[in-house]
Amino acid sequence: MAWPALALSIGMAVAAGLVGCFAVMKRMSLASDAMSHVALPGIGLALAFHLHPVLGGLAALLVGTLLVWGLERQTRIATETVIGVTFSVALAVGSMLATGEELVDALLGAPGSLGPWELALGLAGAAVVAAFVLAQRSRLVLALVSVDIARTSGIRVARLELLYLLAFALTVALGLRYLGVLLMGSLVIIPAATAKHLARNLDGMLATSAAVAVASTVAGELLAARLHRPTGPVIIAIAAGLFFASLLARREA
Amino acid sequence: MANVLEVERLSVRLGGADVLPELTFAVPEGSALAVIGPNGAGKTVLFRALIGALPHRGTVRWAPGTRLGYVPQKLDLERDLPVTGADFLRARAEVAGAGEGPERVLELVNLPRRVADRPIGTFSGGQFQRLLLASALLGRPTVLLFDEPTAGVDEPGEERLYEMIHRLQEAERLTLLLISHELSVVYRHATRVLCLSGGRPFLGPPEEILTPERIAEVYGEPLKYHHH
Repeated sequence: MAWPALALSIGMAVAAGLVGCFAVMKRMSLASDAMSHVALPGIGLALAFHLHPVLGGLAALLVGTLLVWGLERQTRIATETVIGVTFSVALAVGSMLATGEELVDALLGAPGSLGPWELALGLAGAAVVAAFVLAQRSRLVLALVSVDIARTSGIRVARLELLYLLAFALTVALGLRYLGVLLMGSLVIIPAATAKHLARNLDGMLATSAAVAVASTVAGELLAARLHRPTGPVIIAIAAGLFFASLLARREA
Repeated sequence: MANVLEVERLSVRLGGADVLPELTFAVPEGSALAVIGPNGAGKTVLFRALIGALPHRGTVRWAPGTRLGYVPQKLDLERDLPVTGADFLRARAEVAGAGEGPERVLELVNLPRRVADRPIGTFSGGQFQRLLLASALLGRPTVLLFDEPTAGVDEPGEERLYEMIHRLQEAERLTLLLISHELSVVYRHATRVLCLSGGRPFLGPPEEILTPERIAEVYGEPLKYHHH
């Protein structure tokens, strides 16, 4: 594998591992997985208008993020339902817009060739996400334990929540090339869930999650190329294997 | 004595119903205000309106320079969260700009460091309350808001916790706002009592508010009268 593609996939995996920790701790695993599906109609539209598919996917993800954020501020139960319905519809509409091989690539990921601009923007995006999570982890933890404690500590909770969701959306956009719409949500969630079993403190969880995401991604890409299979499913199969192994390796109480 | 908090005509509507009546009161610096009343009277709603977590009508004015330490009612946390007590205190210290490690506050609330290094899901009820109190004390708050400090704590633990709060209040010259069901504790520690019930709120010193007649009126008839 060429080094630019390797560098970008490692950056993407680090971002996914870090962002995923808070998604898992906030118990939004399913919602965030569904949210990644919203990229598909954007990819379909971008292909129809001969634009870069990741740009279309990113635009659709930003719209989806604002939708989730707006709904989160309403009642809780309705949110889950609306996310489920909206994002399934997004998948259906997107599948109608893209067809054939394009659709398979969009759903499952296909690394393809990598231009210098894509590499630069991708690495910059991954760096922004990683820096955000690391710099804001104290605020994110306080808001996780108690929104009211966060608020009385001077945190603007709604704004922090929006920034977090934007970081999440950007991470999914970064991974579209490697994992596709269906599976990128899993690379955010599975390494973090694995780290939650293994880690005993917050920094341990962040480090473990990033390491599991990077290991799964690099190993998956190498193996997929050898087996002539789409990259996404192989990466997720490896990540899932590590997750089940973590269930066996019980941490001491 | 200056007021730390001035509240005028505060009311909260939730789900189309008035949860809080129009409340007007002030809290002088260094005093201890206890908020009492039956379940559903709006005690926690009042606190959450005071910290700006709920939309409300009327005005809530904190004195300039007020730093809040908030200890919420029991929290719904997963047991296997890989966040330790020390992680939580470090996060709170950084956000509150405390510029201090956890040592001072852990000692104040009498929580051993080896307990603080465990994941918060493994804390007992009393340990978790002390951790929340320690986090509230980081950054030297001027006002401590305490929502039912002893929920989930056994009786001797409860007594110790109140003694600790009282000691801290004097040592750190804190203003205390406290929601409590423990009327004997309220009687001993509060300088004033705000009694919320479905109807008109009462505000005054404990010996005026905590009369047997008024308690019976607010909480319903004492249980013994139901036995025939």
